[in-house]
Amino acid sequence: MTAWKTFVRSKIFWPVMALVALVAANTIKTTHFLNIRVQDGHLFGALIDILRNSSPLLLVALGMTLVIATRGIDLSVGAVVAISGAVACSFIASSPNPGAVVTVLTAVAIAVLLSLVLGAWNGFLVSVVGIQPIIATLVLMTAGRGIAMLITGGQITTINSPAYKQIGSGFWLGVPLAVLIAGGVFAIVATLTRRTALGMLIESVGINPLASRLAGVQSRTIIWTVYALAGVFAGIAGLMISSNVMAADANNAGLFIELDAILAVVIGGTSLAGGKFSLSGTLVGVLVIQTLTLTVTILGIPPAVTPLFKAIVVIAVCLMQSPVVRTKLGSRRRVPVMAPVPAEVVS
Amino acid sequence: MTTPTPVVEMRGISIEFPGVKALQEVDFTLHPGEIHALMGENGAGKSTLIKALTGVYAIDSGRIVIDGVERMFADPAASQAAGISTVYQEVNVCGNLTVAENIMLGREPRWGGAIDWRATRSAAAMHLAALNLDIDPRSSLSAHSLAIQQLVAICRAMVVDARVLILDEPTSSLDAGEVQQLFTVMRGLRDDGVAILFVSHFLEQVYEVSDRITVLRNGQLLGEYATSELPRLDLVSKMIGKSLAVLEELEEAPKRSVAALASTVPYLQAIGLGRRGAVEAFDLDLYAGEVVGIAGLLGSGRTELARLLSGADRADVGQVRMGDTLVHLRTPRAALARKIAYSSEDRKSEGVVGDLTVRENIMLGLQAERGWTRRIPAKRADEIVRQYVAALDIRPPNPDMPARNLSGGNQQKVLLARWLATAPKLLVLDEPTRGIDVGTKAEIQRLVAELAQKGMSVVFISSELEEVLRVSHRIAVMRDHQKIAEIVNDDDVGIDDIVELIASGGRDS
Amino acid sequence: MTAQDVRPPTGPVVPGPVRRRRPDVSRVLHAVRVDRRFLPVVGTIVVLLLMFTIGGARYENFLSGRVVSNLFINNSFLIVLAVGMTFVIITGGIDLSVGAVVALSGISAASLLQSGLPAFVVIPLMILIGSALGLVVGVMVQVFEIQPFIATLAVMFLARGLCYVISLSSIPITDPTIVWLSSTRIPIGDTWSITPSGIIALAGVAAAFFVLHYTRFGRTVYAIGGGESSAILMGLPVARTKVLVYVISGTCGGIGGFLFTVFSRSGYSLTGVGMELDAIAAVVIGGTLLTGGSGFVIGSVLGVLVLGLIQTIITFQGTLSSWWTKIFIGVLLLIFVVLQRAIAARRR
Repeated sequence: MTAWKTFVRSKIFWPVMALVALVAANTIKTTHFLNIRVQDGHLFGALIDILRNSSPLLLVALGMTLVIATRGIDLSVGAVVAISGAVACSFIASSPNPGAVVTVLTAVAIAVLLSLVLGAWNGFLVSVVGIQPIIATLVLMTAGRGIAMLITGGQITTINSPAYKQIGSGFWLGVPLAVLIAGGVFAIVATLTRRTALGMLIESVGINPLASRLAGVQSRTIIWTVYALAGVFAGIAGLMISSNVMAADANNAGLFIELDAILAVVIGGTSLAGGKFSLSGTLVGVLVIQTLTLTVTILGIPPAVTPLFKAIVVIAVCLMQSPVVRTKLGSRRRVPVMAPVPAEVVS
Repeated sequence: MTTPTPVVEMRGISIEFPGVKALQEVDFTLHPGEIHALMGENGAGKSTLIKALTGVYAIDSGRIVIDGVERMFADPAASQAAGISTVYQEVNVCGNLTVAENIMLGREPRWGGAIDWRATRSAAAMHLAALNLDIDPRSSLSAHSLAIQQLVAICRAMVVDARVLILDEPTSSLDAGEVQQLFTVMRGLRDDGVAILFVSHFLEQVYEVSDRITVLRNGQLLGEYATSELPRLDLVSKMIGKSLAVLEELEEAPKRSVAALASTVPYLQAIGLGRRGAVEAFDLDLYAGEVVGIAGLLGSGRTELARLLSGADRADVGQVRMGDTLVHLRTPRAALARKIAYSSEDRKSEGVVGDLTVRENIMLGLQAERGWTRRIPAKRADEIVRQYVAALDIRPPNPDMPARNLSGGNQQKVLLARWLATAPKLLVLDEPTRGIDVGTKAEIQRLVAELAQKGMSVVFISSELEEVLRVSHRIAVMRDHQKIAEIVNDDDVGIDDIVELIASGGRDS
Repeated sequence: MTAQDVRPPTGPVVPGPVRRRRPDVSRVLHAVRVDRRFLPVVGTIVVLLLMFTIGGARYENFLSGRVVSNLFINNSFLIVLAVGMTFVIITGGIDLSVGAVVALSGISAASLLQSGLPAFVVIPLMILIGSALGLVVGVMVQVFEIQPFIATLAVMFLARGLCYVISLSSIPITDPTIVWLSSTRIPIGDTWSITPSGIIALAGVAAAFFVLHYTRFGRTVYAIGGGESSAILMGLPVARTKVLVYVISGTCGGIGGFLFTVFSRSGYSLTGVGMELDAIAAVVIGGTLLTGGSGFVIGSVLGVLVLGLIQTIITFQGTLSSWWTKIFIGVLLLIFVVLQRAIAARRR
């Protein structure tokens, strides 16, 4: 089978096609959509904007991919985003020297550490106490916004710190810093999962946790790790988001980001049931979602219609990706009316 | 005497799945008032044929004729409406509901639009009584053992006045008493004119209860015979396609001599080891180079004992010693670190990781041992996998195929490869040959003997006493969660002796 | 086989078969003749009573008919949402779209009423909107085999999108029927009262109870939760039931939207954000397992009451800011879930 055929049949085909279609539509409408210009030694352009705006979502979605692969889910990432921004901004606001790099670095360190703890808390509930992921993370999702409000005292905490602003809007070597951070994390996770055996063990735990346990896989450690990572990545995303507005809004920061992240993961081909996962698929999913948002503006669709437009595209991608449609369109092979049923010992 | 018109006629049935031709032009006929056995090794297509008949799978070509009328069933409900009732190998009941609800589900008697629960319960009780089953209809189904759940499933299948009753491997989890109970009911139904299709691996059961036998091999029909006219060896050789001589050779696997044991110091000693609700405290010594068989009825605690020895479950009382050291087998990982490997009896939910490839399944144990940071180099992994695929004759020999596409027997071999790759010193095998065809069974038994000869200590659990006798040096007998006896497997020890031990509870008669 | 070959049993010989000790909780339940399945709901009742006791002890006028009546009145829309959600969760699915459905039916009703349509046309219409969206979800889940989480997420986006298209600002409702429904209070005894909304909500609960426990459809819902493949092989109409379950949830979303519109006397696109999570929390606190197969609507109603009581207590306390509600709900959810887990672990 040629590489093209493999690509066409894979789960990532339709998302990539959707992305191409969106970019094409944009380019037709604004001919300079694909232009990237250099200004003051920095790269600018619509594509750059997409990449930069995708960075927080990509971070959250990466963590979400790993969590979903272990048959879990993390609904609390939005709350962690809010808490992370709240902690960092509160620290900077209350420090004597808000503009200093040291202050900013300390704030970042505290925020990331706290996010790690929150992620580990989720991991603890799931892997040690054995609570279902959706409920375990729902707890933090519900209480977390309240905690963020507590930290900010109910106010939107604004800060004035050029050093902090760099995270969201700064550049390094011409490329937006946010893109570098997200790209770096992507590279680290990709290396970690595919160069070591972590990827296979995560998949094993997600596909068959009982068998993995008997084979000696340290399921508990692996599950704990992925939730902690999801927390850390969400924390970094929270720093980016609050850095962009130079404020911490406990109510709205990261609102619905978990839903976007889960959608990105699913669009990218990872199944919610756990098991095999695809980081590049998640990347495509994130880009589709971000490009969609931009496309709507470029195509001149009135803002009130934007969410509807987005929803229709999302539904279309979901339908395209559904197993039923994929077999009707893509494969030459037949799938049984009902797949073979694994033996269930009802106990 | 003319044969009555068949109630089911399947002609030229073909079904293909990704990568495998499950059925090729298979014919099958079922007459009313007969018990018809469907036999074949794993992957022969028995389950597929049944699922084609009952509308679970769509057929690619061929016709199905019911009572002279050509039918195409879109779903199981349609086939049930046509009078075909099925009890599948995977027990299809709902554990979260009561016994009565399960039996009457979808057919609850109603009173003015609402379900009449009292009538439902009494109807269920009536159906249970018809099968002589003493089960409380109000009890939750999940509170019962798998064997009871299966009997409830069978009871449910009898609720409609079925013309055809299909039983797909119904006896694999039943003990001898329950099997006879089932056979009594089956014979009663047959005499009433019901056509019964009976799929089983157990040769003796097939000869005991069936009138006709249809044999499949590799998705093709080999033939249809009257049971009384088909000698056992003929049947078995047809199924595995090997010559009789080779088969007899496999059956006569040499019994190792007891005196040839390598060492007198046990490799592992279980002292007063037990777990509340699972198995009473027991002592067991395991020696290198020896196969210890665990014999006992269903539910006697064999699996629980095995799980304690291998860290799958944690013991409440007692200790385990290896050499002079006291060891704590708290988790399977701890046991694997001590070179104890455990092959679970439930290979689907505790063995094979379906979506991973054959290669990944085989390497899983080894990789888990090394931890996730140190990945096994691809070259070495390929080498190891190639070795085992060849040594165990895993088919198809494609390491990149997802393991779930393999037949049961080959999946079992993949699992064995996984454990063997970790180079264990003690290998605990729980029902390694369950649901596997005769040929592969023999291969696995021979493998066990070889491993012991090379110095491995093996614990071998099987419901088939002949198998335990064939393979073991020593046999521990269990009954009612207790180890009641241990005997040396001399030449003059036979099935009767073990059965007697179980019956007498180990007390000297 | 000679006598010497038989090694005597080396383990202690315990007479009789192994008896499993019944866990103590089970013993108590058995004494009180409560089926073990009801245990989670019993837990909810205990928490409810506890909260009433604490509230009654700490604050004056807490244990009054007015407070309890208000509990029902203010939360009647959530009760209906939780009832619909219970159906879905018993089958092992989930419905994230109900909040958006509430908003959509509300804003469309307000818009239609504003343009002059009479209430008796608009009210059924707004409920049907919910049913229609539920049907979309059901088709996505059953026919296209999309996971419920994703399908309902997508429909949630769809409903919100439609909301924004209709109107971005709040539309007040002045229709006399709605105003009557909103302001009427029917007194029960001296201090208790109920509104038409409350009556509708309770009627919905009764209907749901009947359907789940006295119809074949309801039993099929439980069966699917116990094991979908088993239910299919048992010949149950699983496909139809799964679609209908989401239609029911959508319809409940429509009814909830109606009740919420009556409550707020307006339609607004941004209402209902997070309402589905409240419904899910209520269902979980009410004893339904997210894995499916078990749960009772009565439990879900009690769950709603628990959530409402938290809000009431915080209001009475006065010194706590409203965001403490979220924290308390989170903590309560955690406690319930850990308890459910502990009970499940003991049973094994």
